[in-house]
Amino acid sequence: MSPSYHLDHLQYLESEAIHVLREVAAEFERPCILFSGGKDSICLLRLAEKAFRPSPIPMPLLNIDTGHHFPELNEFRDRRARELGARLIVRTVEEAIARGIAVPTPGEISRNRLQIPTLLAAIEEFRFDACVGGARRDEEKARAKERFFSFRDAFGQWDPRNQRPEVWNLYNTRVNPGEHMRVFPLSNWTELDVWEYIRRENLEVPRIYFSHPRLCVRRQGQWMPVTDLLPPRPGEEVRELRVRVRTIGDIISTGMIESPADTVDDIIAEIAAARVTERGSRADDKSGEAAMEDRKKLGYF
Amino acid sequence: MITPPSIEILRFNTCGSVDDGKSTLIGRLLYDSKNLMEDQLDALERSADLTGGGQINLANVTDGLRAEREQGITIDVAYRYFATPRRRFIVADTPGHVQYTRNMVTGASTANLSIVLVDARQGVTEQTRRHSCIAALLGIPHIVFAVNKMDLVNWSEQRFWEIRADIEAFLPKLDAFRDVKFIPISALHGDNVVDPSPHMPWYEGPTLLRHLETVHIASDWNLTALRFPVQWVNRPHRPTDPRLHDFRGFSGQLAGGIVRVGQPVLVLPSGWKTRVREIWTPAGIEPEAFCPQSITLVLEHDLDISRGDMIVAPDALPGMGQEVAARLCWMHPRPLSPGRKFLLKHTTQTVQAVVTHLDHRLDIASFEPEPAPAELHLNDIGEVRVHTAKPLIYDGYTSNRLTGSFILIEPGTNATVAAGMLRPPTEPARLEYTDFVI
Repeated sequence: MSPSYHLDHLQYLESEAIHVLREVAAEFERPCILFSGGKDSICLLRLAEKAFRPSPIPMPLLNIDTGHHFPELNEFRDRRARELGARLIVRTVEEAIARGIAVPTPGEISRNRLQIPTLLAAIEEFRFDACVGGARRDEEKARAKERFFSFRDAFGQWDPRNQRPEVWNLYNTRVNPGEHMRVFPLSNWTELDVWEYIRRENLEVPRIYFSHPRLCVRRQGQWMPVTDLLPPRPGEEVRELRVRVRTIGDIISTGMIESPADTVDDIIAEIAAARVTERGSRADDKSGEAAMEDRKKLGYF
Repeated sequence: MITPPSIEILRFNTCGSVDDGKSTLIGRLLYDSKNLMEDQLDALERSADLTGGGQINLANVTDGLRAEREQGITIDVAYRYFATPRRRFIVADTPGHVQYTRNMVTGASTANLSIVLVDARQGVTEQTRRHSCIAALLGIPHIVFAVNKMDLVNWSEQRFWEIRADIEAFLPKLDAFRDVKFIPISALHGDNVVDPSPHMPWYEGPTLLRHLETVHIASDWNLTALRFPVQWVNRPHRPTDPRLHDFRGFSGQLAGGIVRVGQPVLVLPSGWKTRVREIWTPAGIEPEAFCPQSITLVLEHDLDISRGDMIVAPDALPGMGQEVAARLCWMHPRPLSPGRKFLLKHTTQTVQAVVTHLDHRLDIASFEPEPAPAELHLNDIGEVRVHTAKPLIYDGYTSNRLTGSFILIEPGTNATVAAGMLRPPTEPARLEYTDFVI
């Protein structure tokens, strides 16, 4: 039988992402991988395992803990890092506020904006020159303009009008001291690719991606999880539903979707038939058409 | 568990002048192939109410940054993703203004296929010729001329054939494309984009999407000559598994050819010969691997090989040298003059380089060379000669896009200032130690 020398879409994306990860290991002195325990960073970590095996992943994992994470996610994050024998660095928004690095505006409940100075402080503390993240271009319009190697100045800012051209598979990785690079090996992956890869690689994901019963409150057209941080207000509709998360942000800004999907196959079928995008359930992206663009310019993930 | 059918990725870019309707076309492809979601449509409708007088503007699907929406232009390369049951598509939406040629080069460098939009009312313009020329220079195998706005010329078959004849008149000068298609469309109304047009029964070819789904791309990679640029040396430190104590692997992405266990290989520039002992692929240890897989090779002999070296087949040698000729697309506002020094990144090697000669500047509208220009300016394409501090191990760009390309980086600013496409080597690598066998 004559073999067929062509890669299917997941093999192609895998090969491209591994190339990018190895470029990071070869060209940066102090890189790290941003690992939240979410589905994208789970794929990223698997790709890193494959890129460097039989050696261990030659860079630490970094997570910015807003203090508003789903507990299931942090539990998963810590366990996965232990299993891999990887060094996991966690820096918290709480601590950044205490040290005056992140300053909440009066009445500001969301930790979304406060992640930015916390992350930048961690980059400074460890002198990271590259942070590898699981962001994908298909997530959001401003991300669609992002490079694989996205240059950040000494203030951590992204300048979308002045990006380095990225041609072929030749990445310009050079930064001066104090500057750094954000690197996105999953740039060309879609939400469906991520789940298909999870299926192909038989990867474990946190349980909250699967259908489970949860008390939810209806707010701005979404079912939000009821927690101490997000108690129902008088008159709001509260119901126990079978829900799951499609994308994970903070517990106060992540809408739950009603879903019976309790296997990866179910999720793939659900996404293939979905009529709203993944970030349609993220309240933090709805604050304006350019919400993501504005946060990214300031140094958001 | 159902095993999904094997699906390939097709990468394409769209180019055309401002107002040729590139963004509208991509919006239409996404919309008609049901790849737009309700919240994206809601957002479109919201912005239609604000700026479009109530009319949905499909171009807003791709114009992601605020400045673009405000000015109604596309300022950078935007990548879009959509899928049909047959293929996955990665779209680079590249702007058409003269000053953004560098973005088109960026988007086109990884494309299998280019769609050049032609406004049916205007016919072939200087921009059409520029875009065709860049697609040709970048070695894109497949090109589609989408003659758009057919609704505004009364769906005229005659007009379509006039434009087609004008394009066919200049294509031979470019001598580049394996496969050329002409499709009359209306991106605004959707004719021949996803669904066949009821207005142009005289057109019997495939719709644009149908063509994208079926064009043969399996042979777009070079599978003939083994090229393996060493990217990273894999040596486990303090391995817990004693069998890995002496493990030394060479990781990288195959830039050409097929590699098999047991095969004799040559390491350049040293000239050492050895054999392949093991191939680690993402799917595990395999007897062979092929371009563009990312793999790790274990060799029979313990050799001092490092990043920037290239492992090749002894019977298909690349070129090797410190004096190279190349086509250069200049991408920076500070012009290039002869004598300037840069960092040149080629495969996995970065070396110092000086551009010694500017031989020609190419007029990409007339395709005529202008000899000995004093400088190359932003978006110029020129023929140059480059001297490098260390030898490059390379192929001509036309035979291998990965080992035939490089970028120039400006020291200090670290800006990427040029994309280069190497001319074929005049002679193959000459080894210092031709009979050096370990």
